[in-house]
Amino acid sequence: MTAASEWITTTRTGDVLEMRLTGDWTIDNVARIDSGIAALSKTHTGPAVIDFSPIGRMDTTGAWMVEKMRRRLAISSDAIEIRGIQPHHRLLVDRLNGLTGEPAPEPTRYGALSLVAERTGRATIDAWREAIDLLNFLGLATVTAARTAVSPRRFRMTAFVYHLEQVGLNALPIVGLLSFLIGVVLAYQGADQLRQFGAEIFTVNLLGISILREMGILLTAIIVAGRSGSAFAAQIGTMQVNEEIDAMRTIGLDPMEVLVLPRTLALLVAMPLLAVYADLMDLAGGALMVVVSLDITFTQFTERLRDVVPIWAFWVGIIKAPFFGVMIALVGCREGLKVRGSADSVGRQTTRAVVVSIFLVIIIDAVFSIFFSAVGV
Amino acid sequence: MPPDPVISIRGLRTQFGKNVIHDGVDLDVLRGEVMGVVGASGTGKSVLMRAVIGLVKPTAGSIRIFGEDRAKMPKAELKAMEKRYGVLFQDGALFSSLTVAQNVMVPMKEHTRMSAPLMAEIAAYKIAMSGLPPDACPKYPAELSGGMRKRAGLARALALDPEILFLDEPTAGLDPIGAAAFDGLIHDLQKTLGLTVVMVTHDLDSLYAICDRIAVLVDKHAIVGTLEEVAANPHPWMHDYFHGPRSRAATASGGK
Repeated sequence: MTAASEWITTTRTGDVLEMRLTGDWTIDNVARIDSGIAALSKTHTGPAVIDFSPIGRMDTTGAWMVEKMRRRLAISSDAIEIRGIQPHHRLLVDRLNGLTGEPAPEPTRYGALSLVAERTGRATIDAWREAIDLLNFLGLATVTAARTAVSPRRFRMTAFVYHLEQVGLNALPIVGLLSFLIGVVLAYQGADQLRQFGAEIFTVNLLGISILREMGILLTAIIVAGRSGSAFAAQIGTMQVNEEIDAMRTIGLDPMEVLVLPRTLALLVAMPLLAVYADLMDLAGGALMVVVSLDITFTQFTERLRDVVPIWAFWVGIIKAPFFGVMIALVGCREGLKVRGSADSVGRQTTRAVVVSIFLVIIIDAVFSIFFSAVGV
Repeated sequence: MPPDPVISIRGLRTQFGKNVIHDGVDLDVLRGEVMGVVGASGTGKSVLMRAVIGLVKPTAGSIRIFGEDRAKMPKAELKAMEKRYGVLFQDGALFSSLTVAQNVMVPMKEHTRMSAPLMAEIAAYKIAMSGLPPDACPKYPAELSGGMRKRAGLARALALDPEILFLDEPTAGLDPIGAAAFDGLIHDLQKTLGLTVVMVTHDLDSLYAICDRIAVLVDKHAIVGTLEEVAANPHPWMHDYFHGPRSRAATASGGK
């Protein structure tokens, strides 16, 4: 009884099964060899012969397929006679002894509903832990700052100035441009609506109050979170992957003091300055649009601005700036320090730094709004 | 057997800016041999390897693999040729977002057509062949030790049963027993598969144990020969290298 495929020819003589292997048993043919093996009947129980003499080339994948064939037929290696094998093929087949080659079991999969429930639960607990973590980190940063205030020589002036340049000076073009454009947009939309009531002049009130109290600082904080918060997370995260932070600790340097404090103080200083600058650019954009589209001169605009917008509107915006700055810096550094192991983790934590800081910027802003309305400004 | 160079480098010159790394390197790697590449730090051992596998563009000179100049090859042929060699980078260079098994499957997915279960099976077998336990398959590279990452990298390099295997410092960072086992593994694979191996190494034990010939990078050139020939070379660096205390220890512990 003979059955043949392109790769395996089986012949049954009495109760001896003989398999002749033909063709190239290499990775290029493996899919077809595999289907050839799958077509073999499983019923054989007696001794077997594998004849290698007509085989072409064989690589490790081919050797594995021979082993797979044996396992499929469930014949023990002792009951198999190997015939006509070349010495280097023999070495290859022998290497397989003792290798399991079974893929590890896949982890159990759960249904979509329980997955959603699991993820929601996990995310909730994670968020809670994150909040406590961040509070801890704020405490640690405060203690470090206090310690540095006592012995100011420990303060890293060079790092501070460097980061001040990075997050402050180098952010001026993008913050300026975006603020200017937002000013233009606000003025245009405001003027368009107010014109319907013949109240174009109130565009100045709208601009002054909304920009100084909210828009200027909020927009700046979001830009800084995307620009500097992410940079902090990525820098510190990469250092973490390179084991630089561990090296620092063994030398006796405190990463809080060396990395976190200069960055945080730099943003603490830079943020109010950027906010003032953003307010100015916002108003400039608004003024330009008002002068161009309405019948108002630049002098009228500034006079009206001075008359209708109280100075505390400006302070309400600026007071928030240092809070935003510290928070963005701490979240960025914290996420960077949480990087573990791989490049993958750096990307994940950087994204997280931006998302969490923008989220917190808006939360803090809301809290300030409640506070200011409670104290009546 | 007539000499049959699978890699043939002629007049190779590489430079980065004004920094000349190689100037006139000639090197033939014959089919089925293990070629060790040694040299002091900064002499461009890794750069030489990267030039051969196409990651560094040479400033001048030609590199032929299987008789073809890769600079003049069309893209489709280049892809077919890349299938014929495997590379093990220094720290494994595993894709960190994929598991070990998925890492090994990447070249298979790119270059062959087979069903997913068959691919997983072959990947598991290659991983076992590289000396990793089966439970390493679903792990991510970050969860593995340095030695295990190296073995996983080897499994990936061998995924397509290549004809040439490039190894960058394969035993660096392994303990002596692990290093010896790694040498043994490469030796066995080389014998059974008729692999050609190009191995950048600092490990004298590996040189004595498995290398057929050695290329020494000195003064921006390559000096090629058997271990005895290069060890007898009077060049001061080579003399120090092959007759230093570490080298004597490696010889004493018995190589070939």
